[in-house]
Amino acid sequence: MTEILRDAWVLARKDLALELRTKTGLASALVFTALVLTVFNFGRDPTAVSALDLAPSILWVTFTFAAVLSLNRAFQLELENQALDGLLVSPIDRRALYLGKLIANLCFVGFVEAVGLPLFALFFNISIVHVLLPLAALIAVATIGFVAVGTLLSALVIRVRFSELMLPVLLLPFFIPPLVGAVQVTARLFSGRPLSEVSGWLRLLLAYDLIFVSLATLLFPATVDE
Amino acid sequence: MTLKTRGRVITLLGLVLLVIVYVRAIWFTPVERLQGGAQKIFYVHVPAAWSTMLAFGLVGLASILYLLMKDDRYDRFAAASAEVGTAFACVMLTTGPLWAKPIWGTWWTWDARLTSTLFLFFLFVGYLLLRGAISEAGARARYSAVLGIFGAALVPFIHLTVYLFRTLHPQPIVLKPSAPSLPGDMLATLLFSFLTFTILYVGFVTQRYELGGGDSHVG
Repeated sequence: MTEILRDAWVLARKDLALELRTKTGLASALVFTALVLTVFNFGRDPTAVSALDLAPSILWVTFTFAAVLSLNRAFQLELENQALDGLLVSPIDRRALYLGKLIANLCFVGFVEAVGLPLFALFFNISIVHVLLPLAALIAVATIGFVAVGTLLSALVIRVRFSELMLPVLLLPFFIPPLVGAVQVTARLFSGRPLSEVSGWLRLLLAYDLIFVSLATLLFPATVDE
Repeated sequence: MTLKTRGRVITLLGLVLLVIVYVRAIWFTPVERLQGGAQKIFYVHVPAAWSTMLAFGLVGLASILYLLMKDDRYDRFAAASAEVGTAFACVMLTTGPLWAKPIWGTWWTWDARLTSTLFLFFLFVGYLLLRGAISEAGARARYSAVLGIFGAALVPFIHLTVYLFRTLHPQPIVLKPSAPSLPGDMLATLLFSFLTFTILYVGFVTQRYELGGGDSHVG
């Protein structure tokens, strides 16, 4: 087990180093996030709907869309020069390969979210400082769930025609439980309600993470092996 | 009897039973006091939902079996079941609004159960799209099996999401922890319709499976 985690970390570091050297993916994802937030701001009638009512949905739709776009590149970059085949013949466990990709994706999406959140607070004039800790924990829990599913599905679609379109089509239904749960909890946080009101949602989010991270780790070998 | 004939016979039987369901539901089942005639659609809508869930559940099961045994027949069955399930989902998603218009006053509402069913439908449309986009049979079977298992794991989560979200949709009245709260006549019609839709499912899947190559390894 420790060996798997060590290999996973090595692979994740490789992906992150690659990302940090070019920065194209990261920069595009950040600009995309800022743009979606701006578009949402103009997409509502400020006299009819208050920012606070709409804010949780805007936050999570932005995060999930940014995640879908980022996930596309995770395995795409391994197609160049048959890098994926190289990874598959190297003596590392398939599960380590999946977990490595998952960690790299989580860092990537997490960074985009970390930049997106203050922008969101700024654009929509929402004070997040007093709920920062629970909000950050919620974002982490929800993100792990949908990135775990997304990482596996992005491995499924790389060799498929129209993969850029296929990934969101397959992935969005899986986003519903974490998205709805996260929106509900965020709304309670913003309106200062106690978290005990949403304990059901929190349990749902945690169970989702647990089930899909284990299921994806288990099924990933079947995805890449002939 | 070949598989093809068997599929046709079962489908024919299902269609005859479906006529009986309609006759029984329209003329021999009491009219609901508050909803009037519109409630009759319940005898089609709920069994169609049942067949959809059955179909999608079996896609998940066949996907697991495929990954364990690598037998093409499971993959062909999953493909057949997903297609038939999607057809039943269309029945469910059209009869629902027909009922909702007179009762709720709107064709569609973003109620949790409707939304989640719609997403389930999208999930399996996605499954069929993925199948269509991969030409190599081995990869197609593998990828769709993985997606099928993921889809099956998603269903309970969608169900939980529904229960946690405030819902307008009538709550289950037969498959629930306490005893069914439906008068005898209505329950009989409903259960008969469940049987009919299950037979139709079996008939359709048998025919579709046969079209996909059947038991032979030619397809």
